[in-house]
Amino acid sequence: MLAAQALKRVFMSTIEPSRKRGFRLGQLVYDTRYRSKSIQVIAAIVILVSFWWLGSNIVGNLAALGKDFNLAFLGAPAGYDINQTLIPYDNRMSHGRAAVVGILNTLLVSFLGCIAATVIGILVGVLRLSDNWVINRLAAVYVEAFRSIPLLLWIVSIFAILSEAMPQPRDFRGDDATASMQLFDSVAVTARGVYVPRVAFTNSLSGNEAVIPRENLAAVASGSADWAIIVATIAVGLVVSLGIKAFVDRKQIMTGQRPVTWYWLAAVLILPVLVALYVLGATVVQPYLKGFNFTDGIFIRKSLFALWLALSLYTGAFIAEIVRGGIQSVGKGQREAAAALGLQSNRIMQLVILPQALRVIIPPLISNYLSLAKNSSLALAVGYMDVRATLGGITINQTGRELEGMLLLGLFYLFLSLLISGIINLYNRSKQLKER
Amino acid sequence: MPGNQLSQAFVRTGMLDAKQPPAGETGLILWIRKNLLSSWLNIILTVLVAYAALRLALGLWPWFSNSVWQASSLADCRTILAEQGLGPTDGACFAVVTDRWHQLIFGFYPTDLYWRPILAMILFLGGIAPILFFSLPRSLLIFSCLAPFVCFWLLWGGTAWLPLLIVAGLAGGYALTRFVGAVISPTLTGLVTLALLIGFFWFGLMPLVGLMEAGLSLSIRPVASREFGGFMLAATIGLSAIVLSLPLGVLLALARQSDLPLIKWSAIIFIEVVRGVPLIVWLFTAQLLLNYFLPPGTSFDLTLRVIIMVTLFAAAYIAEVIRGGLVALPKGQHEGAVSLGLSYWQSRRLIILPQALKISIPGIVNEFIGLFKDTTLVVFIGLLDPIGVTRAIRATPEWNGVYWELFIFVGLLFYVVCYAMARYSLHLENLLRRDNY
Amino acid sequence: MKINTTRILLAAAMTAFTTTMASATTLEDVRAAGQLKCGIHEGLAGFAAPDANGKWQGLDVDICRAVASSVFGNSEAVEYIPVTGATRFSALASGEIDMLARTTTWTFSRDTDLKTEFVGVNFYDGQGFMVPASLGISSALELDGTTVCVNTGTTTELNLAEYFRANGMSYEPVPLETGAEAQQQFLSGSCDVFTGDASGLAANRATFPNPDEYVVLPEIISKEPLGPAVRHGDSEWEDIVRWSLNALITAEELGVTSENVEELASSVNKNAEINRLLGTEGDLGAMLGVEADWAKTIIMSVGNYGEVFERHVGVNTPIGLERGVNALWTQGGLLYSPPFR
Repeated sequence: MLAAQALKRVFMSTIEPSRKRGFRLGQLVYDTRYRSKSIQVIAAIVILVSFWWLGSNIVGNLAALGKDFNLAFLGAPAGYDINQTLIPYDNRMSHGRAAVVGILNTLLVSFLGCIAATVIGILVGVLRLSDNWVINRLAAVYVEAFRSIPLLLWIVSIFAILSEAMPQPRDFRGDDATASMQLFDSVAVTARGVYVPRVAFTNSLSGNEAVIPRENLAAVASGSADWAIIVATIAVGLVVSLGIKAFVDRKQIMTGQRPVTWYWLAAVLILPVLVALYVLGATVVQPYLKGFNFTDGIFIRKSLFALWLALSLYTGAFIAEIVRGGIQSVGKGQREAAAALGLQSNRIMQLVILPQALRVIIPPLISNYLSLAKNSSLALAVGYMDVRATLGGITINQTGRELEGMLLLGLFYLFLSLLISGIINLYNRSKQLKER
Repeated sequence: MPGNQLSQAFVRTGMLDAKQPPAGETGLILWIRKNLLSSWLNIILTVLVAYAALRLALGLWPWFSNSVWQASSLADCRTILAEQGLGPTDGACFAVVTDRWHQLIFGFYPTDLYWRPILAMILFLGGIAPILFFSLPRSLLIFSCLAPFVCFWLLWGGTAWLPLLIVAGLAGGYALTRFVGAVISPTLTGLVTLALLIGFFWFGLMPLVGLMEAGLSLSIRPVASREFGGFMLAATIGLSAIVLSLPLGVLLALARQSDLPLIKWSAIIFIEVVRGVPLIVWLFTAQLLLNYFLPPGTSFDLTLRVIIMVTLFAAAYIAEVIRGGLVALPKGQHEGAVSLGLSYWQSRRLIILPQALKISIPGIVNEFIGLFKDTTLVVFIGLLDPIGVTRAIRATPEWNGVYWELFIFVGLLFYVVCYAMARYSLHLENLLRRDNY
Repeated sequence: MKINTTRILLAAAMTAFTTTMASATTLEDVRAAGQLKCGIHEGLAGFAAPDANGKWQGLDVDICRAVASSVFGNSEAVEYIPVTGATRFSALASGEIDMLARTTTWTFSRDTDLKTEFVGVNFYDGQGFMVPASLGISSALELDGTTVCVNTGTTTELNLAEYFRANGMSYEPVPLETGAEAQQQFLSGSCDVFTGDASGLAANRATFPNPDEYVVLPEIISKEPLGPAVRHGDSEWEDIVRWSLNALITAEELGVTSENVEELASSVNKNAEINRLLGTEGDLGAMLGVEADWAKTIIMSVGNYGEVFERHVGVNTPIGLERGVNALWTQGGLLYSPPFR
């Protein structure tokens, strides 16, 4: 009966207006041509009214509190110190600068986390499919444990484990030292973080990082100009090697023979870099104990290390399931058919399995990168100075500018995630199966 | 036919029992050979992994086996350990859990009223059973609709007239759209009903509740949301958010699929903005900014603000899950509905949504697992969720310095709940796969 | 119909939970709500921490109870709202809490720019440093190159930055969200130095497994007058909170305790200020807009300042603080209440 009525309505709305030319008010509701417009007009009014309501509330509240909306606070001196700064910063610099330092820290931990999570995820995803019972059970336990327990708890626990289990810098001191450095005295793993050697240049072009030297050694510095030269050398090498590949491909097509080129590639890619390093006087500077702490070398703070580890282990568990699902999604027949064509097993993987599995794997993989980047805001549990801690934490707290601060913070994350989802969409579009 | 009889005597009437396979090809040995020692690489891996796992277990075992379960403070614990000749860190002090478990579970909910959240939980589980298990009769769904209201009343207490009148209002609205809408235009009736309901809830509800309460008191002791804490708080926030976000998510998903550009783009912008910003930032927004958006001088309960924020957050994610379900439906279903002459809302209500929602349930359960884990973030805005309670416990002089025991307890509880739900969702996925193909 | 549920529930919930106070004063709101919404620390031994029964205890908590006593005559009519260091001022500004008693330092910019109004000081503190005795450090000036644990979202980290810069020393800050985390980091040795309010340091040290292995350095690098605060612009409410605090201090000065208050109130004393304080003479309560015996109720349920101090942070508690600068002005301290006249 309902259907009959609906049918009648459909007919009324499509046929009758064509008979009668005049416009009736009822058409706004009944006529599909007008109804969509009238619904949208109503929606537009509702949306405008709610925005006006919110806006007037904000204005009223700000007035009641005697505040205004003003971004000038970003120029005021911050007054607080940040331990990890990728660009020069001290507490006399502005809140804006502190926010940028925080943004860079967020990007750093997200970037490192994505790389490690991918490695862990692929490894565990493959191990989950292993025939070995112990290994695939262990991989399953890892995946379930990290997926079922809140990330916050993992971050806090890993931070606590690192604090409790690792030796203190003072344990390395003296003749009765209870701890020692690893890898030929070059890496110090302490409860404050990990100290690893750095590369410095004795003929540095812009020596701005010279650290007080160890006894009997000269101070060595490294600068951005030196690294720019190294990177440029590698880039040129890559371009040339692409040219070699194109040449070899052409030759193979013409003659059917593929010339052996690995020594050309080695000469182009590795030799210039070695020469550049030698000319700049590259030396490895090891961290050493001085005063209360290790000094020199690169210091990876525990907050960064714990957050990075927790984020990558947590996200790795999700990626492992995606990888497993992706590999399983490729039908057995594909592998068998490829083998029947006479392809070798590595070529099967490269040409048949991976391209199909990656189509399934990559979109959710990138959206996991996105959630990793967003989850990095849990940095406040370990005191890592990310953008939430600087702009969205101390700055808001010291200046009382919560409206402006939260707005900027939200915009930053929104921009980041739109960027990443833009990449997913681009990928999806390029890899879309051509359907009917 | 004697020959026949004779030959029949030599014909077997039954099959021979299968022979036992050789000893090496059966049972435990085969299993071990196949699963642990199939190649040299596997042998090495097995040994290494087993050794590492054993080392870890043996290293941690004494700490667990020496646990102290009864003590009134950490100092007390250490004394008991010292009496056994053990150092202060040689044994766990699970006494903190036995001493404070009620705070970890119920927060500061009045001790004599613990039955209320427990009953609410049971009712809630009973309520969602018909949704989760398809074999139960569909008529039980009415119970599913009522359970949240009863739970609300049980948890917060106060007068029962409030949930009763809300249910009455909603039922009245439903009847109006269902029966009057069938005769007059459903769109028009829908809009009028919505306006009527908003008017009723905004202006009429509280006075009416007061009036009814004065006539016949149906009050139980009210409990402020401030007293919620521990797992109960996590469950309350997570469950209310998921229940409230479902209808909103359905609307958003439909809006995103809509042909009307304004509706479609509003939905896309809402969903992307909400999903683009971390929950913690939204929680800080609830804590710091929500009052800026409300009329000056209005303020309400932080727990409620958090529930609203988490609901909006969850709605955006649920909308994407349901959109997945909508997209997954074969196009023929839409076309069939249209060819039957069903209106937009009729086809959605009768054809599209029941199927789309059913295949979305695993995704919704997964979203809920994520949401439930994410409720731990409310600790950063001063609510005492399980992690917040551990902090509060550690701040007392008696238990200052304890943390592993509390983390293990909290982690274990989360693990049990989330793992169970994940298993269920997996089971459901398999069931649905079989249903469809 | 299901589709409308959310919107409607929201509307209903907003009506149910919303308290509108557009025109009312804070006092009227508090009276209407039947209880005082008091913002406290989420957990700091001696100042605000829940006991096994979930009842909040501490010096700051008792300020809330005192104010509730003067408004309602009932020290239990308080809803305790734990607020974090980062969210306390906005909680106050937004009306989520009626007053803030959360070890909050009274500073110029907080008083003016953040639109809060400090009513007095209930604890004089200063920022200090704690180090393990094994480091062999005896002065804060020897801290060059150390790693310092500090609570974030407080004045502490600003003082720290200024102090090290002024003395030309370098340091590595380890910012942490809660005192509990900071303490755990310090105990595990992840920082050489733990900085914070000296009282908090002493409170923390008292709960360490081996308190003797840690020393608090003699330098106090800042003034940290901790006091209750209210919203800017409601003088009536500000007066009630201010004089509830002053009543505690005056009671100690006049020797009125929770034990003898009943007796003192039932008779006419020679000291007229006691009579005025306890409401047996004059009408101070009416001037404040509360009952005449408001101060008597405070002292009966909470005690005088000295009792509060001894109960929560005094030498007989695990925290074991001396009165020091927190003694009455008559005993060489800084506590001083304007007269009740």
